[in-house]
Amino acid sequence: METVKEKKTISKTKKAIKISGAEAIIHCLLAEGVDLIYGYPGGAIMPVYDELYKFQDKLTHILTRHEQGATHAAQGYARVSGKVGVALATSGPGATNLVTGLADAQIDSTPMVCITGQVPRHLLGTDAFQETDIVGISTPVTKWNYQITRAEEIPEIVAKAFYIARSGRPGPVLVDITKDAQFEEFDFSYEACVGVRSYNPYPKIDTAKVEAAAALINSAKKPLIVFGQGVILGEAEAQLKALIEKAGIPSAWTILGVAALNSDHPLNVGMVGMHGNYAPNVLTNQCDVLIAIGMRFDDRVTGNLDSYAKQAKIIHFDIDPAEINKNVPTDVAVLGNAKDSLEALLPFVKENEHKAWHTVFKEMYQVEFDTVIEKDIRPTKEKLTMGEVIEQVNLASKNSAVIVSDVGQHQMIACRYAKFNQTKSNITSGGLGTMGFALPAAIGAKMGAMDREVVAIIGDGGYQMTIQELGVIFQHKVPVKIIVLNNDHLGMVRQWQELFFEKRYASTVMVNPDFVKIAEGYHIKSKRVSERSELKSTIEEMLASKEAYFLEVKVEQEDNVFPMIPSGASVSDVRLK
Amino acid sequence: MENNWYTISVYSENNVGLLNRISGIFLKRHINIEALNVSKSEINSVSKFTIVVHTTEQWVINIVGQIEKQIEVIKAFYHNDDDIIYQESALFKIKSDLLFDEREIQNIIKENNSQIVTVARDFFVISKSGRRDEINKMHEQLEPYGIMQFVHSGRIAVSKAEMRISSLLEEFQHN
Repeated sequence: METVKEKKTISKTKKAIKISGAEAIIHCLLAEGVDLIYGYPGGAIMPVYDELYKFQDKLTHILTRHEQGATHAAQGYARVSGKVGVALATSGPGATNLVTGLADAQIDSTPMVCITGQVPRHLLGTDAFQETDIVGISTPVTKWNYQITRAEEIPEIVAKAFYIARSGRPGPVLVDITKDAQFEEFDFSYEACVGVRSYNPYPKIDTAKVEAAAALINSAKKPLIVFGQGVILGEAEAQLKALIEKAGIPSAWTILGVAALNSDHPLNVGMVGMHGNYAPNVLTNQCDVLIAIGMRFDDRVTGNLDSYAKQAKIIHFDIDPAEINKNVPTDVAVLGNAKDSLEALLPFVKENEHKAWHTVFKEMYQVEFDTVIEKDIRPTKEKLTMGEVIEQVNLASKNSAVIVSDVGQHQMIACRYAKFNQTKSNITSGGLGTMGFALPAAIGAKMGAMDREVVAIIGDGGYQMTIQELGVIFQHKVPVKIIVLNNDHLGMVRQWQELFFEKRYASTVMVNPDFVKIAEGYHIKSKRVSERSELKSTIEEMLASKEAYFLEVKVEQEDNVFPMIPSGASVSDVRLK
Repeated sequence: MENNWYTISVYSENNVGLLNRISGIFLKRHINIEALNVSKSEINSVSKFTIVVHTTEQWVINIVGQIEKQIEVIKAFYHNDDDIIYQESALFKIKSDLLFDEREIQNIIKENNSQIVTVARDFFVISKSGRRDEINKMHEQLEPYGIMQFVHSGRIAVSKAEMRISSLLEEFQHN
């Protein structure tokens, strides 16, 4: 509440007060409604940290153990809350450590503002201690970036940074501020940014295109919707559901779109892509109209483009003009925010059921269930599977948890089998595939949705890339639940070696430490499970815990994830084994 | 799809770092920039980049989309050589002796519609504007006599069709 009040007083009165650049940064953050930031101090950002000390009742700073952790935490926070995540770092290595998180946020359209300290202006270009050209380095992985060298630029640039990060197709913005600009005093006043002359984040919806899309949808005999994160970012979940139900269209999701539609919705036909479900992949090449909503036809979704949905008319709803015709040529493209576009579309769409077409999906699901799913989630073999762990989390959480997954086999299993009953619930590194994402992202997700259960699902490989963030969970008492699915391998790479590199297992065996002891070292409640008989009760115990809980599950070492579209193959060549 | 010559015109704000942002789009796609020119445009405070690439139309469309996506870019266009009026410039620095000893050089200067910019004791400088092939032809003609220095500018181009930047800027401001 204080932050809202702050915003009003500063932006309304526009009364200038003389303060330092560093203090101005804090006022800007408060005015933007920020009450939580992640970061790591150092020489060139110390004036800002000094101000954070003074404002700690209004602005909480979480000290991550590495700047990469700060970016992923900010991403996790942003993805569950819909707000802009903020990370703070010093110059040089502090700044370069942000790069992976920036690249991840860029490719997954996550609103984030990173603020870095920079050497004083008179030292720029002198190879000063901890000087690095972070604006140059971060350019290809930011939606926008800027270097501030005078305090008076701070209000306008920070306001612009937040506006750009959250508007249109969201993304990361980096603001680099020289240390002298942080010390310099100036007359501060703040005005929120409401537009940038050269930037048009919300293209006007073209009614003719909407009507053309509706006509195609109405004429379709075998329509298929594939929706992505654009539905979540555009807060179009209700409109998506209305469209699906009115037109009776089977709907599949990308890995980032998943929670936009409840898992148990009868028209939810599962995931598309490399490890997606059998029916939506195969039927992509049988549908007559493919309706893509807020997704970008990533290569992991489409497989070989030369044999992707060639028989279908393609309708593409997206906010980003550069995505139209980028990978898949469209017949009708509707530019705009998903919510507004679908709202415009709905009145033109006729009611329909497509019952026979649904039956095809159901039959194919049954094939996949019998050959893959049942063995994954209700295995009879001795060793535990990743799938049954996810299934137990579903049961114990009643599909209500936020699932934060890392990258690899466990991620595919988590995204395939986790069930969701609300949006903004599946947090994973989709585009960049950043191992080490999940632990810090789960911290951010928990802090962005304190009323929700947050369960991190991580492999033994990725876990050790950012394992130091356990320190944050301990120090700041973040009640996040962590499951490491330990197969003592880099499982996905091992799977590719088995299938495509004649079982030459180069550097994929991991000799792991005692993860339970490591968690204990951070005073985090922890347990290891390797027997099926203990799994259900332990997961229930974990979810019942009011504090953080670490669970290591020893799973089968040589399981492979199926279905699978081999790299370069067509979606309809998806393999069940 | 076959490679072709395309001229990309970018109208943008004049900000530090934008050139890096735009060139990065080509770098990411492993496409070489054949020529680049940055200047004022017909609109006050709006800069214009003129970029020449040799690639497929599909890539040019992709690149123009990515360039337009940059916050400080107002609008980007791409054109075939037929859709634009364009020029490039070149300077040739040649030994002064040759001007007097080799009569043919004077003919080359005349035939190519080029100009002598300056004559000094040791060297003289010829300036030539025109299309790339015209400049290349002149270069070939002068090369046997010895060129002390040679420089060839990026392309500058105006489109035959309207670009409508002013009205676009107004539209943005009303949105």
